[in-house]
Amino acid sequence: MNELVFFINNVVVAGSVTGSIYAMGAIGVTLVFSIMRFAHFAHADMMTLGAFVVLLLSLAFPGAGSVVGLPTAIVMLPIAMVVTAAIAVGIDKMFYKPLRSHGVKPIVIVIGSLGVTLMLQGLLRLFAGTSPQNMYVAERKEIYRLELPFEAVTRPVIVTEPQVILFILVIAAVVGLHLFLNKTRTGKAMRAMSDNPDLARASGINTNHIVSVTWIIVGGLATMAGTLLSMDVTFKPDLSFFLLLPIFAAAIVGGVGHPYGAIAGGFVVGFAETLAVFNWAVLLRPFQERLPDWLELPNNLAFVGTEYKIVVPFFILVAILVWRPTGIFKGKVI
Amino acid sequence: MTTSKTSDQTTSRRLPLRELFLFGALLVAILGVYAVMGPAYSTRMLVEAACYAIIALGLTIQWGYAGQFNAGVMGFVALGGFCAMFFGIPVNEAFWDSPLPGELGRVLLYLVGAVLLVWGATKLDRLGVPKRLRTIIAVLLAVVLYLVVISMLRGVTGQIQSQAGFIGGLGLPSWIGWIAGGALAGFIGYFIGHICLGLRSDYLAIATLGIAEIIKAFLKNSDWLTRGTATVSPLPWPTPGPSDLGFVLARAIYLSLTAVVIAGIFFLLHRAYHAPWGRMIRAIRDNEVSSAAMGKDINRRRMEIFVFGCILMGIGGAALTNFNSIFDPQGYLPLNHTFLVLVMVILGGPGNNLGTIFGAVLVYIIWLMSEPLALFLMNVAVYIGEGWFGWDPPANISSRALQARVFVIGLLISLVLRYAPRGLMPEKVPHHQ
Amino acid sequence: MPLLEARDVHGGYGGMNILNGVDMTIEANEIGVIVGPNGAGKSTMLKAIFGLLNVSQGEIRLRGELITNLAPNKLVHLGMGFVPQENNIFPSLSVEENLEMGAYIRPSGVSRMLEQIYDFFPPLLEKRRQPAGELSGGQRQMVAMGRALMVEPSVLLLDEPTAGLSPLFMNEIFERVKKINAAGVGILMVEQHAKQALSIAHKGFVLASGYNRFTDTGEALLNDPEVAKSFLGG
Repeated sequence: MNELVFFINNVVVAGSVTGSIYAMGAIGVTLVFSIMRFAHFAHADMMTLGAFVVLLLSLAFPGAGSVVGLPTAIVMLPIAMVVTAAIAVGIDKMFYKPLRSHGVKPIVIVIGSLGVTLMLQGLLRLFAGTSPQNMYVAERKEIYRLELPFEAVTRPVIVTEPQVILFILVIAAVVGLHLFLNKTRTGKAMRAMSDNPDLARASGINTNHIVSVTWIIVGGLATMAGTLLSMDVTFKPDLSFFLLLPIFAAAIVGGVGHPYGAIAGGFVVGFAETLAVFNWAVLLRPFQERLPDWLELPNNLAFVGTEYKIVVPFFILVAILVWRPTGIFKGKVI
Repeated sequence: MTTSKTSDQTTSRRLPLRELFLFGALLVAILGVYAVMGPAYSTRMLVEAACYAIIALGLTIQWGYAGQFNAGVMGFVALGGFCAMFFGIPVNEAFWDSPLPGELGRVLLYLVGAVLLVWGATKLDRLGVPKRLRTIIAVLLAVVLYLVVISMLRGVTGQIQSQAGFIGGLGLPSWIGWIAGGALAGFIGYFIGHICLGLRSDYLAIATLGIAEIIKAFLKNSDWLTRGTATVSPLPWPTPGPSDLGFVLARAIYLSLTAVVIAGIFFLLHRAYHAPWGRMIRAIRDNEVSSAAMGKDINRRRMEIFVFGCILMGIGGAALTNFNSIFDPQGYLPLNHTFLVLVMVILGGPGNNLGTIFGAVLVYIIWLMSEPLALFLMNVAVYIGEGWFGWDPPANISSRALQARVFVIGLLISLVLRYAPRGLMPEKVPHHQ
Repeated sequence: MPLLEARDVHGGYGGMNILNGVDMTIEANEIGVIVGPNGAGKSTMLKAIFGLLNVSQGEIRLRGELITNLAPNKLVHLGMGFVPQENNIFPSLSVEENLEMGAYIRPSGVSRMLEQIYDFFPPLLEKRRQPAGELSGGQRQMVAMGRALMVEPSVLLLDEPTAGLSPLFMNEIFERVKKINAAGVGILMVEQHAKQALSIAHKGFVLASGYNRFTDTGEALLNDPEVAKSFLGG
């Protein structure tokens, strides 16, 4: 039964964590796609930027966490979300809006977003250095070991504090976004603009305002995802390229322009990754005695080694582009 | 309409002042580098710039001719580099004398067999198997066979690594590696293009970005094939090496070889651009719908462009890696091998071959010179900071200073897109009566 | 004072003039119908009034106020509604959300207006939670018109509201238009189905090559043998 616990730790927990991060990233990408119609390559760096802002704030006020009883980084998260959202709006005003108003093709704005990616990376590495840093500046990372009430189980299920916070915040963010998009006037206007920008303009919807709101949400979500990822592992200034592909894959799997699809896509990609690098021999080994003699289990029965993790989102991306380019939920933008 | 046509004709008859001025300035810059850094360094810089120019020509036909944005140039460069290494370096006797080649061949045969089996399973519906069942059978079979073959492959590659190090090269003249590099890059390009070219252009950018990281991950982790992080060196040059002729002369000969390659590509592109094929390509780029309505096979033309661009990137990558004489999979960086090339193309003038070569040399000079410049500026900043404000600079300040170049490249892309979207030497669109 | 008045309007796209001096006047409570052959500039005229293309010469007035080349969102504020011929709904939004978007600039009194719209278009009431993209063509047209009516415009511009609809739905749409007009909204619409449209029109404008060929009451145009011969298909 310990094998099952191993499975839960390495697939169920890890997959949910990765899936949540990808889902939050994919929502951001899909929102930008549906409002401004371009693939925002700087999204992963916006996540890193958000985490870096949290790190700076935590270093500046290391005692803030103990006052509330939460990790300092979580206390600083709302402030960092505001800061990053403001930066995101500023980036749009400085770099994307001029291109948009020139009426360039979307792919030119994609290149523009690559320029922004590099600028963000350069600044982050200049100020944050290139080495990983721990987001827990003041306190220690809590690790919860849940013993299962079975005879045969000796190992605990392990969940860390940031993972628990991650799950709570992901659910809160998704519910909040759902309410925003369906209940508020601005949220509905956002959906309207994603449906039919010309008609939205003719209805008197201020599209510049909607674009700014989109960037505020995107910046906030990116900060949340980046911070929680960095808290769970460490803060790395150069993790963006490895995040970008799974996030785009998730957005496309879910159907671009479809926020709920992005959530589903995030979990599909997250679980596919963890399932693919999981060594299935661990689960099969207890049955070795019952297997015929000629069938000897190799030690390593993972689909891909961890070093090839990046192949998984790519494979999913290719598969979805070949079989169903609109994504599983029928996105609006092909 | 008549007036604009006449003015076009007068422009083309006039001396190309803009080009002459820009290339004159470039020449001054090159001479400046020669004067300051010495001939050995400067010739090396020119050879590398020439290799980058080949790569940039590949990107300029994709982006400039057809509006395809390839965000994974690095992957194709790395493939070219791998081929230059694999074909050029000497044969590893320890591997070929052992039974391992047979083992590897057997696994590869199994792989072919497995592919055939799965392919056969996808055709089961012709034998009356229901489609849904066929899909399930095919997927299950693919999973099981994949696991079997990959386990065998892991076994063999592990043995190769422990007994022979790696499989070594083929000991052929390295120019064969350049051609093979182009072919391999073109093959991968065909695969990507086949999936993405019919879809939104953003998807191509995403997919190429992904394939580049995968190629790098494969080359980095396949120690049995490439020695991975242990790197392979030296790679024999197709021209006489520095040990025979000294640095400057050997590099100059290598430079002339790359110059010949560029001239050949340039000639071919020039011919193609003004041929009906080139006109068709531009017609498709400028107005896809009407070209399709005129019965042009858009996807085929697009595929030709994309594959051809990838081939050039492969050749350029082979030339570059071969020149550096070391194959280090970790040395392929998105920044150096994708974005720098992108800047070369959009700054020089997408779709303008001459502009692209100009951009390649100029940007590469700026790139190399920015390193000492960034360090100098950082030292000044540290000096001022320490002296005037008592600031205690972080220890790794010099490595951080280099990161500032990442910012500069990004800023350059943004500025060019905004203020000079057609580059310093814009593509001259010929007007046909 | 006329509700909407256009005098000697010239304009077009990118230097190419499509309108070469169009005159048009409708009073409050009137239905004006623009008919004419393809390429006569009917839809272009509507777009010129709604500020979607540049008017190079001439003037357009709404209740006496000069509105030439005013941006569409300003015109919405001034009480003008526009229903484009195509892409005139938000397909993934529900019917009710589509209507709410119509009142985006005036969020107060939405519920009262919704009631009125459902009164105009009863079929929409039961489908109000359904995505508008899933409705039939006639119902989509109702959503589109309803969306434009949400700001209580004094004049409503309709660009071929019956295009692509079956005759049954066509008559239904014309009935709705009459009902909306009866509620005090001036209507200016472009129609391919010239006979049916002119029969409900107070004023008719026959355009050809970008200027008025005939301007009269709907009834007079229907009975004019020359109009009938050249433009109404005999």
